[in-house]
Amino acid sequence: MHILVCDGTGCRSSQSGLISEMFRDELLRKGLKNEVQVIRTGCFGFCEKGPIVKILPDNTFYTQVRPEDTAEIIDEHIIKGRKVTRLLYLDPDTQEYVSDSKHMGFYKKQLRVALRNCGLIDPENIDEAIARDAYQALGKVLSEYTPEQTIDIIKRSGLRGRGGAGFPTGLKWEITGKNPADRKYVVCNADEGDPGAFMDRSILEGDPHSVLEAMAICGYCIGASNGLIYVRAEYPLAVKRLKVAIEQAHQYGLLGEHIFGTDFSFDIKLRYGAGAFVCGEETALIHSMEGKRGEPTNKPPFPSQSGYLGKPTNVNNVETFANVPVIILKGAEWFSSIGTEKSKGTKVFALAGKINNVGLIEVPMGTTLREIIFEIGGGIKNGKKFKAIQTGGPSGGCLTEKHLDTPIDYESLTAAGSMMGSGGMIVLDEDDCMVSVAKYYLGFIVEESCGKCAPCRIGNKRLYEILERITKGKAVPEDLDKLRNLCNVIRDTALCGLGQTSPNPVLSTLNNFIEEYEEHVFEKKCRSGQCHDLLYYVIDEEECTGCGACKRVCPVNAISGEKKQPHIIDQKICIKCGSCMEKCQFDAINLKNEYKSTTVSV
Amino acid sequence: MTEIKTLADLKKKQEEVKSRIDLRNKAENPEARVQVKVAMATCGIAAGAKKVMEYFVEELEKRNIDAIVTQTGCMGYCFAEPTVEVILPGKEAMVFGYVDNVRADEIIERYIKHGELVDGIIPQNYDTIEHEER
Amino acid sequence: MEMIKLTIDNKKIEVAEGTTILKAARQFGIDIPTLCHFELGDMGIENKPGGCRICVVEIEGRRNLAPSCITEVQEGMVVNTHNIRVINARRTVLELIISDHPFDCLVCAKSGQCELQHLATQLGIREIPYKGEQSTYRKDTSPSIIRDIDKCILCRRCEMMCNQVQTVGALSAINRGFMSVVAPAFEMNLEDSPCTYCGQCVSVCPTGALTEVDHTNDIIRALSDPSKTVIVQTAPAVRAALGEEFGMEPGTLVTGKLVAALRRLGFDYVFDTDFSADLTIMEEGTEFLNRIKRHMAGDTSVRLPILTSCCPGWVNFFEHNFPDLLDVPSTAKSPQQMFGAIAKTYFADKIGVNRNDLVVVSIMPCLAKKYECQRNEFKVNGNPDVDYSISTRELAAFIKLANIDFLDLPDEDFDDPLGESSGAGVIFGNTGGVIEAACRTAYELYTGKKLEKIEFEELRGLEGIRSATIDFDGLPLNIGIANGLGNARKLLDEVRAGTSNYHAIEIMACPGGCIGGGGQPYHHGNSEILRRRAAAIYTEDERKTIRKSHENPSIIRLYSEFLGEPGSKKSHCLLHTHYFPKSNEVTIHR
Repeated sequence: MHILVCDGTGCRSSQSGLISEMFRDELLRKGLKNEVQVIRTGCFGFCEKGPIVKILPDNTFYTQVRPEDTAEIIDEHIIKGRKVTRLLYLDPDTQEYVSDSKHMGFYKKQLRVALRNCGLIDPENIDEAIARDAYQALGKVLSEYTPEQTIDIIKRSGLRGRGGAGFPTGLKWEITGKNPADRKYVVCNADEGDPGAFMDRSILEGDPHSVLEAMAICGYCIGASNGLIYVRAEYPLAVKRLKVAIEQAHQYGLLGEHIFGTDFSFDIKLRYGAGAFVCGEETALIHSMEGKRGEPTNKPPFPSQSGYLGKPTNVNNVETFANVPVIILKGAEWFSSIGTEKSKGTKVFALAGKINNVGLIEVPMGTTLREIIFEIGGGIKNGKKFKAIQTGGPSGGCLTEKHLDTPIDYESLTAAGSMMGSGGMIVLDEDDCMVSVAKYYLGFIVEESCGKCAPCRIGNKRLYEILERITKGKAVPEDLDKLRNLCNVIRDTALCGLGQTSPNPVLSTLNNFIEEYEEHVFEKKCRSGQCHDLLYYVIDEEECTGCGACKRVCPVNAISGEKKQPHIIDQKICIKCGSCMEKCQFDAINLKNEYKSTTVSV
Repeated sequence: MTEIKTLADLKKKQEEVKSRIDLRNKAENPEARVQVKVAMATCGIAAGAKKVMEYFVEELEKRNIDAIVTQTGCMGYCFAEPTVEVILPGKEAMVFGYVDNVRADEIIERYIKHGELVDGIIPQNYDTIEHEER
Repeated sequence: MEMIKLTIDNKKIEVAEGTTILKAARQFGIDIPTLCHFELGDMGIENKPGGCRICVVEIEGRRNLAPSCITEVQEGMVVNTHNIRVINARRTVLELIISDHPFDCLVCAKSGQCELQHLATQLGIREIPYKGEQSTYRKDTSPSIIRDIDKCILCRRCEMMCNQVQTVGALSAINRGFMSVVAPAFEMNLEDSPCTYCGQCVSVCPTGALTEVDHTNDIIRALSDPSKTVIVQTAPAVRAALGEEFGMEPGTLVTGKLVAALRRLGFDYVFDTDFSADLTIMEEGTEFLNRIKRHMAGDTSVRLPILTSCCPGWVNFFEHNFPDLLDVPSTAKSPQQMFGAIAKTYFADKIGVNRNDLVVVSIMPCLAKKYECQRNEFKVNGNPDVDYSISTRELAAFIKLANIDFLDLPDEDFDDPLGESSGAGVIFGNTGGVIEAACRTAYELYTGKKLEKIEFEELRGLEGIRSATIDFDGLPLNIGIANGLGNARKLLDEVRAGTSNYHAIEIMACPGGCIGGGGQPYHHGNSEILRRRAAAIYTEDERKTIRKSHENPSIIRLYSEFLGEPGSKKSHCLLHTHYFPKSNEVTIHR
């Protein structure tokens, strides 16, 4: 028998280390050392109910186990074979105890559709992909369906663009298909650029054939025989695996001339992007592929009318494509049965930040943020308090506690002031300063703005400068009004989707964390202590012996005080060099995020 | 390599490769063949998966264990990279996290050779389409 | 054409399908301010990147404001061009643009002509609420053009002109975000780039980011030096545009006042580039007839078509882009340089002045002329044939500086002998004018007959590429004309491919020819101004008693007294030149 004890950060902070020790001691005492093994495992993900203990082979899943429970588990379960019911998971819906984790809701929260083959097959071996149904959908479409029927399946499935904006994929194909032209293009947008996002990279690296197959299906539907994948040159492994996959598909005749013996021919070429964030915008992406400066142009005309080299072009993102073959094979109804009313299927998220299970997850649309953060993600690192979750990358926003039970879909995230984006999720805890978070994203935007339109080029720079003033304690009250007006004007006037959404990190933090902004501006205080310029060296009157060492070392004479009396630091003079704190032998000088109560400036 | 000309060809090919993959597990050497999959996406490689994979290939051969070591994509457990999935014949897949050479040695010696579990197992926390069907 | 009904500012209007909101509004008297938008409508030149966001309007039912310059009307659209939301957005965007612009208005070359300044006045900007870092870039000075990119607002008009219209490709936006600038590739200097100095970028720049190199002070120094004799030549297109700078109607001919003003500025002799234009026709026409005659005699070594060579922007363009075709253009120098060569030999001898003490100034509609007069092959022992070239705009500023009341000046005549010209010399200012002048002379010299109708109407117009077949008494000659270097490239590609069936091609670098030159008064996108200037040039031609170059008595005298005959050894030495291949390869100096 095996006793698995969760050794993830969350459970360990609830004494799971001690629990394994006690299991071992108890087994030793009972002479069961050789019969039963105690194993410390990685995080089970269900940190909310930690510490977790699992008994194999019967798969019994104990929750919230305390050190004092260990003896009972050994006596009852291991020796007598009776489950300790009070430690089992109580299903909140049925009010029944569940012993096998496989029957617990939490472990069904993730559903891998786009990631179905990632981590299962060798991406450089087409046979393994074929063993898992690759190219069957293409074969089925070519031999059984007309382009119109295929588009109808995609339309009925409810699949929407996974790149961020959520445009219905079938409709996009239909529009591009209907625009007459001698040549059309299928473009796969693999210019994943959000900080902390790597959904597309993982799909390309783990299951490139799903994307190639879907592009060919799209080509058949819209009447294109050329496909282009715009992939960042900074994704060398994805590039390599795509090359191998294209080569192997050609050898099998699954790409190239007369696929499956039909008149349909389709070829795919790679185009490398230099990693400009804006090239994720489809018009900018197309210009970049044409060898022009990667910057967006006004829509209309849409790429479906005039795209690559002026020809109708269908641009979809990697994850969108990865969903297509499964939809064809399992049917539109199957796909549309997953998700919410307007957002069907699953969504892949890259979970990062102050969360235990950093990683790539795929959940059905409609899953709540709470489920993602506390169940799948295993809760906040080091038992800290959840503060906000940033979704949608630089175009998204920060959502708070009050949004935790919002079911995630395109509409609800937008309504809450953020957006789906491509799927980055960064969890923030009580130690994060929301003004600094907004500044971080604005810094990214300032770096990555293409510079074409004035509101984005100059407006975001000015936004950044105002945020910098706020975090440095140099802001004046009018700066908050300026911030808001600038955000609104940029949103109203910027040229492309990226520019229009660029103030979202500021707007959403202004809306949800106005008190933090006000503290920075009015009280010159950063509650999380992240803004260095808003930290103060303060002498503790109780601890200060009045030795005068700090006073002597202070380079700007900011410290005053009589001998053997508590000294005071004048914050107006202090340059925060830290020399006094270093010099003090009585630990009387501390770095605090406010100083009012202890000091009076002269 | 033969070209696939029809959907039937593809299905035939699938049967062929499916059985070939199955062979690895069952038919050929039911007792001894072990599958080791190393997650070799960028996140894994950055954490040292390449070294671990090389280690498995070399050591399994040295220790005369008939096993197939393959690479695969991201399993999603980026917090615990490098991650390695080991499938012993007839048993469920086990995913081990934070695998370095020391731990790899432990996995070979204890889990692969003797079926003993070792520290660092990551419970699989997602469902695949196949499971969902059942 | 389908008509679209929509509402703009509560006005119900109807416009043709495909019309932009901006144009629809303007048709009905509603002015929407613009900044980056620029067009020379009927010449097919338009810049509307939608980048400045000044022209945004509210369209009911849309989430964001829309740029009116690129948004086409739709049935039932309801547009607000000036509600509070729009006005606030427009003002804020302008405040942002100005916050990244130096406050140099008092000393800026563009002050008074600056579109950003006008807009700031129009929108009543009184303070800059969003102060912050300004983007900076080094100042780049070339022989003709100064780039002061700190003043650039990224309207991208210059880029459009340089790439789409001229296909020169010297300027494009580089770097990203706040650090974006319009510059030659790899931040090289304009001088090292394929720039032709055509100056079309300068002529469309809304601010002082692109201006000409100003030589006025050099001229003032020369004029005030008693040891120097300073003479001036004025190009044909100047007289058709200078008046605009003094508030006169576009298309007003100011030849007489121009001469009077130059005389009052202190030039010792006021001459006319039209004179040397006539001389160009004598040389180029002779060369042309020679090539035709040899070609007809079966000489396969002769290159046809012959290309005109009087435009220095064009010369730079083919040296850069067609180095394999350097033997195709005529070897005749441009009128500016022929004038300089004659002035510093024939005329200097006549008045007994050493060439080093004779300063030749040219007034040109052109910025490339500044570069041309600095070319080494146009210098004798380091002394240039033409010392300084200033533009029409610089001359206007000079006249204002000297406190000359231009409108009140009497009409005066050019001095002799380099001031006498024919109508053929005048029409050099228009696209098609050089080849028409050449035809007038070549026809009569070739056929020995007198032209019944002097005007070749078929060669006139403003279209980018034109062609006509002229009957030389039984010999049909195919003439091609291109204005704008992009159009020139098309004809040159045909020559290179061997598919061109022209015998002669006239090329001018600037759209419309010299009347639309980079040194002319700013037209601010009004193509009507170009038309009026062109008409004025033809009027001047009609008023002349002598209208063919070979009938100009001063030209006849020049040949008999000095040069001998067209194409003589002396002519070749003084009036012809050769071309140098210029690579477009990148050389970066850091």
